[in-house]
Amino acid sequence: MDRLYFDVAHLFAGGLVLMSFVLLYQDRLSGLINVFTTHAVVLSLSVGWQAYAQHASHLYVTAAIAVIFKALIIPLSLRNMIERMGIHREVEVVGSIGVTMLFGIALVALSLAVVLPATAAADPLAREDIAFALSVVLLGLLMMVTRRNAVSQIIGFMSLENGLILAATGAKGMPLVVEISVAFSVLIAFIVIGIFLFRIRERFDTVDVQELDRVRGQSR
Amino acid sequence: MAVILDLAAQGAQMGIVLMLSPFLVGFTRKVKARLLRRRGPPVLQPYRDLLRLLRKETVLAENASWLFRSAPYLIFATTWVAASLVPTYATGLMFSWCGDLITITALLGAARFFLALAGMDVGTSFGGIGSSRETMFASLAEPAMVMIVFSVALIAGSTQLSEIAASSLAHYQLRVSFGLALIGLAIVAIAENGRIPVDNPATHLELTMVHEAMVLEYSGRHLAMIELAAALKLLLYLSMIACIFVPWGITPAGADPRAFVYGALAYLAKLTVGGFILALFEISTAKMRVFRVPDFLGAALMLGLLGTLLLFVSRSL
Amino acid sequence: MPLTIALWSVAALLGVGGLAVAFDRRKDASWIVYGLCFGLCLVLFLTAVIPRGATALATVLPLGLPWVGAHFQLDVLSAFFLAIVNLGGAAASFYALGYGAHEKHPSRVLPFFPAFLAGMNLVVMAGDAFGFLVAWEFMSLSSWALVLAHHEDAENRQAAFIYLIMASFGTLALLMAYGLLAGSAGDYSFAAIRAAERAPWKSGLVLALALLGAGSKAGLAPLHIWLPLAHPAAPSHVSALMSGVMTKVAVYGFVRIVFDLLGAPAFWWGIAPMTLGAFTAVLGILFATIQSDLKKLLAYSTIENIGVIFIALGLALAFKANGMALPAALAFTAALFHAFNHSLFKSVLFFGAGAVQTATGERDIERLGGLIHVMPRTAFVLLGASVAISALPPFNGFVSEWLIFQAILLSPSLPQWSLKLIVPAVGAMLALSAALTAGCFVRAYGTAFLGRARSKAAAAARETDPWSLAAMAALLTLCLLVGVLPSFLIDTISPAARLFVGGRMPAQEEIPWLSIVPIAESRSSYNGLLVCLFIAMSAFLAARIMHALGSRTMRRGPAWDCGYPDSSPATQYTASSFAQPVRRALGNIVFVARDHLDMPAPGDTRPARLGVEVRDRVFEGLYAPISRAVDFCADQLNKVHFLTIQGYLSLVFAALVLLLLLVAIWQ
Repeated sequence: MDRLYFDVAHLFAGGLVLMSFVLLYQDRLSGLINVFTTHAVVLSLSVGWQAYAQHASHLYVTAAIAVIFKALIIPLSLRNMIERMGIHREVEVVGSIGVTMLFGIALVALSLAVVLPATAAADPLAREDIAFALSVVLLGLLMMVTRRNAVSQIIGFMSLENGLILAATGAKGMPLVVEISVAFSVLIAFIVIGIFLFRIRERFDTVDVQELDRVRGQSR
Repeated sequence: MAVILDLAAQGAQMGIVLMLSPFLVGFTRKVKARLLRRRGPPVLQPYRDLLRLLRKETVLAENASWLFRSAPYLIFATTWVAASLVPTYATGLMFSWCGDLITITALLGAARFFLALAGMDVGTSFGGIGSSRETMFASLAEPAMVMIVFSVALIAGSTQLSEIAASSLAHYQLRVSFGLALIGLAIVAIAENGRIPVDNPATHLELTMVHEAMVLEYSGRHLAMIELAAALKLLLYLSMIACIFVPWGITPAGADPRAFVYGALAYLAKLTVGGFILALFEISTAKMRVFRVPDFLGAALMLGLLGTLLLFVSRSL
Repeated sequence: MPLTIALWSVAALLGVGGLAVAFDRRKDASWIVYGLCFGLCLVLFLTAVIPRGATALATVLPLGLPWVGAHFQLDVLSAFFLAIVNLGGAAASFYALGYGAHEKHPSRVLPFFPAFLAGMNLVVMAGDAFGFLVAWEFMSLSSWALVLAHHEDAENRQAAFIYLIMASFGTLALLMAYGLLAGSAGDYSFAAIRAAERAPWKSGLVLALALLGAGSKAGLAPLHIWLPLAHPAAPSHVSALMSGVMTKVAVYGFVRIVFDLLGAPAFWWGIAPMTLGAFTAVLGILFATIQSDLKKLLAYSTIENIGVIFIALGLALAFKANGMALPAALAFTAALFHAFNHSLFKSVLFFGAGAVQTATGERDIERLGGLIHVMPRTAFVLLGASVAISALPPFNGFVSEWLIFQAILLSPSLPQWSLKLIVPAVGAMLALSAALTAGCFVRAYGTAFLGRARSKAAAAARETDPWSLAAMAALLTLCLLVGVLPSFLIDTISPAARLFVGGRMPAQEEIPWLSIVPIAESRSSYNGLLVCLFIAMSAFLAARIMHALGSRTMRRGPAWDCGYPDSSPATQYTASSFAQPVRRALGNIVFVARDHLDMPAPGDTRPARLGVEVRDRVFEGLYAPISRAVDFCADQLNKVHFLTIQGYLSLVFAALVLLLLLVAIWQ
């Protein structure tokens, strides 16, 4: 049972890393939102498995929050938003997809190289989940850095937060209070960003951040 | 007596892959048609097509060389040997140790080498298009395959497919690298067999041709050999995925010969399920632009690399 | 005894060089010289392969520096590389019996060819640092003279100039390496160097210098810049020797210094050869894929194969440093196996390129085509060599790639983190370069030999002479034999592995059915003979059954071409079109390729032009700034030429004052 527990936990964590890579690979906004939904579903499955195996029922609530907020409400409203803004064009990526993926692999290698030796004293199998969670965080950051569209940057930020939740649940428990506060802060951040996006779009007719740079007076 | 039985089992495997490969092609086509609410051609149509091609006269271009005429046999021979090395209904057959996964990849590479050369032989632009695109796909699909072989071999402890299947059967590993290898192998299989989304096996339009462009000038028995080789390749990849990732039902080495029957039935079942899944996948997605395929195959290479990296770093990943 | 015979044969080779100068005017000079070279190389090859037992042979001759003498040795490693050198030399001499008849200036080639062979043999047999360096320089200078054989061409002059600079740089690096190795005691013999103790930082420095020196001669990036210029400039049999054999002599130099003379390695020693080798392999093959000059393409392919050899050597170092003797032996054996293989098939390819150039006068594959009809035997042999170099079974290229992959599969047991992260990346790059090689040679062979002739020269070509064909066919047969029966070669290399990495692969002769087994039966095995037999039987069976069951009729007609037959050969795919997808997908890693489209305005009747401009990142990043810096310094120093008398006097005065000051301070 112990072996099976860790194998399945690894599978879900690895699946989350894989979904982060698929997020990096997407270049259409609707595809991006679909993959983000899958990302959130895999996260909730992982948290659900941790809840079952650790016999910690408050984690079921965390899983439910992940599903309801991140897999249902947020993608639906994002879809709504992009339809209202009329953005149905390709996402532009800084650098080619191949180079971005190579960077992603290097980041995974980096997080493995940092976490595994540093936590040598800890539980030998749990620390691999933490390494995966760090990779998801780094990949989310990479996504935010390589994207020009503000919506995709939001999604990158969300996937980063998914990685944090994975780390927290993998390390055998996190109080529910913290989770609720994290979820609410995410929600507030999302609302604020949404409002700003609308204002930006109203003023400049675009949400492309490089265009905003031009207006600021810095030419490239 | 035991030697004769072993030889018969090995020979039976070579015969089975040969006999079943047109059936697989026909079955996939039929399922695709049914899912699209068409009647579709009969399941045994590929056999009839092969016999028809055999009986036709061969027309060669005026400047076709001896390479053009002998390439179909070489392509067929290398693909058949590679397909015979993959365990289908039993592991540990008599000659299964003389080639491992790397050898199988290289044999398929040799088949592709001769096919690309044959495409360039007559000196038309279509042949060149096919060969050039096939070379580009191969330059990414082969490294992806090698990285996937690494992942699987590091998990199983050997590159021999019989050993890998036996180790999968003995203790099935639910590991991240295993999952990554499965996805990568599926992508490579689609690209190597020229299925949607990489190439459309059903059309003869220049925009969608890769494999068809290379064999444009072939006719009669030469074309029959090449079509049979393509069917064998599809069977090979499905058998490979089945014996590594879905090994249950394979007769282990040294078992009672009567157990071979169960192994054969299990294999037939796996083939039909595999064909069904392939057909389902093909109708759910559209063909991608030729210059998007390197990104697609690059993803498979990255998955293989990630899987190998995880296995280097930790014993349990 | 064998060492004595070998040394006398080398002396005879030098004598043949002198003979070539004396026989300059004779009509059959090239026959005599190449025939003698062939005989002497055969003798040397036999002295190398005849079993002598495990002990190394050594002599000291009273030549050279009086207090050093000239040490010569023949141990297992030297014997192996001696065999490689002389097999290539014998084949090249035999080939040149036919090819040399077309040489316009035989007096520029004949004296230096035996000298080149002698130099390479002396490097491999050298027993002390001084002899090694003298022989190394001799080898470089004689090959430089051969590169300049057709000096009327400005490109060849440029190539020879760059070759001279890089060769001098390499020798300087090796000189410093040997200086560090010999230490302040100054005993240059290999035996003394082996016994000496060294600080770790010194050993690391020697490794770096050996990598620079031997690597630049072998063609390791970023010091490879001279190879694609110099190798095509020389006559074809010399190119074959330079690519197939001289690069292996450079590999020998690296192995001798790092595996033998330096003693026990540290774990990080393996990282530099591995990463440089991986980078070299990918760079070499990507450049080869866009070349249309046949010999330049082959030179870049040599660079790729050298990268592969250095990957295996780096792996062997890493294993040896961690005390893993069996995997180290596997990696070391794979490296030497690949060196042998490459010398075989690269020689055949260069011979073929020479044959094509002689028959058509063209080196550019874009102006060839359809040669399979007019030169069928050459085409057959070159097809075999292309299959061999693309690492496809049942030829020999596949066996060495297989062994290296098996070595990589043993690497997860390496404990160091840097190695754990680097080896998978190196494996991926190795796989990438292997796949690209097949595509590159499909392109080269398909454009040059298949299709229709793109120029009159290609249509009017004639078959090669029988001597050249015999040399090529002999080497190709050897390729097939080594591919089908690899266990013999592995067992030959195993003693060298035991000597230098402390372990050896299991004895392959004991394995049934002539398979090869790298570690243990249960892990993996490969049987080249059975695979070859199965392929041959299946092809034969298929042909028989098809002919029995199917229709026998066959007719010829115009090409189908989707119903749009085009009579002009210019409409078939060109080599640059073939390479375009790979160039677009992967090219940006190592070079910058820009398509320039020049469209005339409507109404203008001039044709549109589509051009591809390729810029080498390594050259622009590394060499261009260095040459600019050198130019700048030279310009500044140039001012010294034009001073007044007062200026010169003050210069002398200042130097004198400075020296006196130094004496004062030092006291």
